[in-house]
Amino acid sequence: MLIKLQKIKKDYHIGLETVHALKDLDLGIGQGEYVAIMGPSGSGKSTLMNILGCLDTASDGDYILNNSNVSTMDDNQLAEIRNREIGFVFQTFNLLPRATAVHNVELPLVYNGRPAAERKEMAEAALERVGLKERMKHKPNELSGGQRQRVAIARALVNNPSIILADEPTGNLDTRTGDEIMEIFEDIHDDGNTVIMVTHEEYIAEHSDRIIRLRDGKIERDEAA
Amino acid sequence: MIFFTELWEAVKLALGALRSNKLRAFLTLLGVIIGVTTVIGIVSLTQGLDKAFGDQISSLGSDVLYVQKFAWVSMGDWSEFRNRKDITMNEVRALKEQATFAQAVSPSVGTRRTVRYGNKSVERISITGTDEVKTSDVYPEFGRDLSAFDVENRRMVCVLGWQVANDLFRDTDPVGKLVKIGGHRFRVIGILEKQGSVFGMNLDNEVKIPIGVLFKLFGRKRSISITVKVKDPALMEQTKDEIRGIMRRVRKVPLGVKDDFSINQMDMLLDMYNKLTSALYAAAIGVGAISLVVGGIGIMNIMLVSVTERTKEIGIRKAIGAKKRNILTQFLVESVVISAMGGIVGILLGFGLGKLIASVSPLPATVSVWSIFLGIGFSSIVGIFFGLYPAGKAAKLNPVNALHYE
Repeated sequence: MLIKLQKIKKDYHIGLETVHALKDLDLGIGQGEYVAIMGPSGSGKSTLMNILGCLDTASDGDYILNNSNVSTMDDNQLAEIRNREIGFVFQTFNLLPRATAVHNVELPLVYNGRPAAERKEMAEAALERVGLKERMKHKPNELSGGQRQRVAIARALVNNPSIILADEPTGNLDTRTGDEIMEIFEDIHDDGNTVIMVTHEEYIAEHSDRIIRLRDGKIERDEAA
Repeated sequence: MIFFTELWEAVKLALGALRSNKLRAFLTLLGVIIGVTTVIGIVSLTQGLDKAFGDQISSLGSDVLYVQKFAWVSMGDWSEFRNRKDITMNEVRALKEQATFAQAVSPSVGTRRTVRYGNKSVERISITGTDEVKTSDVYPEFGRDLSAFDVENRRMVCVLGWQVANDLFRDTDPVGKLVKIGGHRFRVIGILEKQGSVFGMNLDNEVKIPIGVLFKLFGRKRSISITVKVKDPALMEQTKDEIRGIMRRVRKVPLGVKDDFSINQMDMLLDMYNKLTSALYAAAIGVGAISLVVGGIGIMNIMLVSVTERTKEIGIRKAIGAKKRNILTQFLVESVVISAMGGIVGILLGFGLGKLIASVSPLPATVSVWSIFLGIGFSSIVGIFFGLYPAGKAAKLNPVNALHYE
């Protein structure tokens, strides 16, 4: 099992109040699965995604990722995990505005310590995979929304991570472009990657093989799509 | 290896950030630029002065003492000096006979007169009455110098300085001709080689005559300046002590009473000069340091703004795998690049300023390598020191919060 969440709890302290975002959550996701996580506002799906992506640590419980217990890791180790094991795709693309597409894509490799020639090769290959190689020297403001998201996907793929984590990837795109992007995710999944997508749109979730629904910090339903 | 790639990437990033907002970068740098410019400007002027001064001092020789009525550099009230007796030929004779540490002793008195040849004249020429004993390495280029015979017999002969000869005689050979000094006729027996200027005084605008002649023609109420060439500069103190002893005896200065004459040395001027330049250096460094602190605060301010503006970017980088150390390095390098740029601009301006002042005033200026390192070094240190806090703030940002920052 690639991902094992055991009795995960996450509490936020806001002033004097405590918000229990995730309560005693158990979850297992296997290698190569395509999972959608759904839930209304406040259900804890963003928090779950942050924990899955090692952006945040649980208040209690264990997160075993690829046979390593991530819950006990310090900031530097988590950063390394994010670099090697996780590929993020955000709703707002989150590209560096002053850097070219190829430089955006190679950034994870920079933090991985790879030499420049190797980085260029890997970044170009990733851009090729999402069909954007001819635009690689363009800056984000010279690209359309769909193209920017493709760059973001290429960046997520470039270091061959264990999981692709997508948070509402089509949220800022029109329907047609959104469909194109969902096709790319399907291709990626077909290549053997594990894809976890957070969404609140049913028709997006239907692209996946398994839908996990959250409510009030717990898993309400977990069934095939 | 990895560290250097990271460093280089960070430098490129920093330069890009600077380029994208030139006005802001410039305003940030202003404090650093002013600080470095001031220090470099003053340092280069002072170093130029050092060199010029040093050159002139060495041309005069450090093995010569001047026994005179007054000290060159005096602290104390003037009344103490007012009543001193003139130095006379008695003291000169005593030193010549008794000073064993001295290699050569020569008297010198001076006045200013007009020197005339034919219809040409030069005014306010320094007329020096002296004897045949040589205490410096200045030789006649043409003809000969004063001889013992000239001096003993008070012959009306003169040796012209290069400039005087040039002004009066142009293409004619001056040796053997008659000139009028202060109305009296003298025969020219020699022309001195060109010496140049020392501390602004043109040494070539001088005429030497036998000292006895000067006394006779132009008045006896003058104090003699005795030039002593010491045998061994290493034994300077013993030489001075011996001279002091002889002088006190001849002038009958009682025990316990201070000297009523002075033994002057070029070194005294050097000391005074060094004190002045030390004060100058200290002032320059003081002003520079204050400006650098102000500049540093400016840099810290701008870096804090920059960190806040790029909160989202920092969040993205952390999400992709940047560690605290990576973020810290990135912003610290940016800070150092900014301030080092300021340092470089300041150095260029400082040297430019120094050269500008040198071209419109008698002050000289030089470019020295160590002051370049000083300028870059200090501005970089300012960059590191004042950039640390903002860079630390950036590194500590929580990635989740940072990503959601608008």
